[in-house]
Amino acid sequence: MKIFFKILIIFFLSIGSSRAETFPLLSEYNFFQDIKGQIPNEGVVPYHIANPLFSDYTYKFRFVSMPDNSVASYNHEEVFDFPIGTTIIKTFAYPVDDRNLKKGFELLETRLLIHKEEGWVPVSYIWNDNQTDAEIRFIGKTIETSWIDKNGITQSVRYRVPNINQCKSCHQLNKVIKPIGPKGRNMNLDFLYKEGQKNQLEYWESNQILTNLPKRKISKPAIWDNESFSVSERARAYLDSNCAHCHRKGGSAGNSGFYLSLEQNNGVALGIRKRPVAAGRGSGGMAYVIDPGNPEDSILLYRMASTDPGVMMPELSRSLNHKEALPLIYDWIKEME
Amino acid sequence: MIMRNFFLKIIFLNFLIFINLTGSLFSNTIQPGPLSYEEIQKALILSKPGDIIKLGEGVFEFEDGLSLDINNVTISGEGINKTILSFKNQKSGAEGLMITSNGVILKDFAVEDTIGDAIVVKGANGISFIRVRTEWTGGPKESNGAYGFYPVQSTDVLIDGCIAIGASDAGIYVGQSERIKVLNSIARYNVAGIEIENSFFAEVIGNISEHNTGGILVFDLPDLPQQGGHHILVENNIVRNNDTENFAPEGNIVGNTPNGTGIMVMANQFVEIKNNEIKNNATAGILIASYQDEAEDKNYNPIASNIFIHGNSLINNGFNVDKVRASPISEVINIHGNSLINNGFNVDKVRASPISEVINGKVPDIIWDGVVPLTEWIGIRSSKRIILGDNYSNSDTPVFANLKLMTKFLISYLHKVDTNYENYRGELKSIQPVVFKKD
Repeated sequence: MKIFFKILIIFFLSIGSSRAETFPLLSEYNFFQDIKGQIPNEGVVPYHIANPLFSDYTYKFRFVSMPDNSVASYNHEEVFDFPIGTTIIKTFAYPVDDRNLKKGFELLETRLLIHKEEGWVPVSYIWNDNQTDAEIRFIGKTIETSWIDKNGITQSVRYRVPNINQCKSCHQLNKVIKPIGPKGRNMNLDFLYKEGQKNQLEYWESNQILTNLPKRKISKPAIWDNESFSVSERARAYLDSNCAHCHRKGGSAGNSGFYLSLEQNNGVALGIRKRPVAAGRGSGGMAYVIDPGNPEDSILLYRMASTDPGVMMPELSRSLNHKEALPLIYDWIKEME
Repeated sequence: MIMRNFFLKIIFLNFLIFINLTGSLFSNTIQPGPLSYEEIQKALILSKPGDIIKLGEGVFEFEDGLSLDINNVTISGEGINKTILSFKNQKSGAEGLMITSNGVILKDFAVEDTIGDAIVVKGANGISFIRVRTEWTGGPKESNGAYGFYPVQSTDVLIDGCIAIGASDAGIYVGQSERIKVLNSIARYNVAGIEIENSFFAEVIGNISEHNTGGILVFDLPDLPQQGGHHILVENNIVRNNDTENFAPEGNIVGNTPNGTGIMVMANQFVEIKNNEIKNNATAGILIASYQDEAEDKNYNPIASNIFIHGNSLINNGFNVDKVRASPISEVINIHGNSLINNGFNVDKVRASPISEVINGKVPDIIWDGVVPLTEWIGIRSSKRIILGDNYSNSDTPVFANLKLMTKFLISYLHKVDTNYENYRGELKSIQPVVFKKD
């Protein structure tokens, strides 16, 4: 009889532990004092990263929530070591009019990565029509919507909210789910806090949520659309944040042997005169991933400029072309010898 | 007693809650319909290890790719021609079905007309495809997806009783994997019917590979995380009428496969080609080649060794060499005579010079490019490259040719194709059967 009891308790606990921190509604986490306005509560820290992933021109609002009195540990090339109980929050939104952000946003989805005992757990919430709250969704969704772009042109999009497996596709490293963005080298930027503009790393350190910062001066990241950096620095920065979460050893595209992390310096691994392996028609009839000096003959650019799901890269998160980034990659390949 | 009943009731109640949560133990078969995408993807995400997701008879039409990341789930349809997942109108997802978990079993359904690959399995320990079909229904076209079955970086891969049609790369492809069995399957109208690439310990037994560009390919390629393919057994297959013109999009390695190749080995070690029926393949019955593109990869060995060929029946191969893709072969053959006379087909009058090695316009059934390391070519070192046992051929011309491409490129006036079968006769220990790891 006692054994039955134990089994029952264990059973309920097991249900409890895997579901305890996952609520049906976003509002239940209490992250925001103004959920629609994406104004966080005390202790939920907004941040941004250098070179965010292009996701069909959505804006992204990022926050991190850590348990009281806990602290993350600095890592320059990989994601900070966050304590158990941390939640990383990211809301995707289209501006009503990209020429005037005061007109507000259409919130699409909010993704959470919750750091549980068993690891990071991804979960996505889809905003309701009234934009008052967002509801949990495991299986993804297609949202047909539109916004007015920076040139005043109405753009329509078939926006895909990823399902949980698709979350893992980008977020897995060596079969374990990990955040991607908050690495040291992506975070050394200023942010406009309600207390004023401050460097994010200094702000996190002075608020005692980040430790083990190196004593040496931390380098500033190259920004892909900042022309004060060289074409090569900008292109590598762009490819790192848009491709290298999969195109790295242990990433989802690890089998390709085509690696685009900032740290990668082997030419063939970077795609230079590398033959396509399993690209199929993704090769576009070209012989090399990157044919130095010949962007028109480089598979990399071909796939970045495609919106055919069987060809385009990245495979997820995009259905439109990133028109502003393509010339950069073109120039980068063009100037190679 | 009352106490006991009470507990039993709680347990039963609990069991019901559990069933509700998992939604699967007694779940009904999912039927085709407007909501079936959501139903299936939901089942795939909320399933628990050990669950069986049943798909009903009929055509399921999907606009987005499906994915599974739960271990030990079975997806089971009503039959290879009865339960059809059609991706004809696919709008997102780079493949039809993506599996990233261990021990999954797929059986009795078909995946048709995906925009990219049909079924991709990445990094799985254990994956079984049983009586599954992947097909592009419009016939061989460059716009078809690359792979039908595409397990990669996986272990304990079983493909049994499957059918693969129309892939623009390989119908059945296993890459960078270990412990593989491809059995009793059929591959048709693909560029490569069955391809084992950069893999260790594979059996390809009892399959039919026909009307592809190349029937069965065993390749090893550079610049990949796993390379140095070895221990591949190709036994008791029927490899015939591989007569579909290569339709791979340019740039892909498989695009180099000559039209009408039976079995091709490139840069592998310990490959046993045994008791196959290899028939009516225009370029060659069996082709053993080195990787000929320049490769900077220092860890890569581009040269094949320990290739043991015996007991095969080779009938009417090599009657019309693919001049473009088999260029080193056709070049060499053209020097020494001409393969293109071929009983009145396609006579190349310019190059149809008197025939020496190659008689009656037919090239040998088994061709080796003869590329070896320089030290070996000079004769300082030697190692086992091609070992021939008894093979049956109906041809009255030489059955085997070593093209000696090294000599051709280094001292071409000394170059002579070696068709003396006995120079290569020998025996090699048979490759041991593949044994899957038991958990």
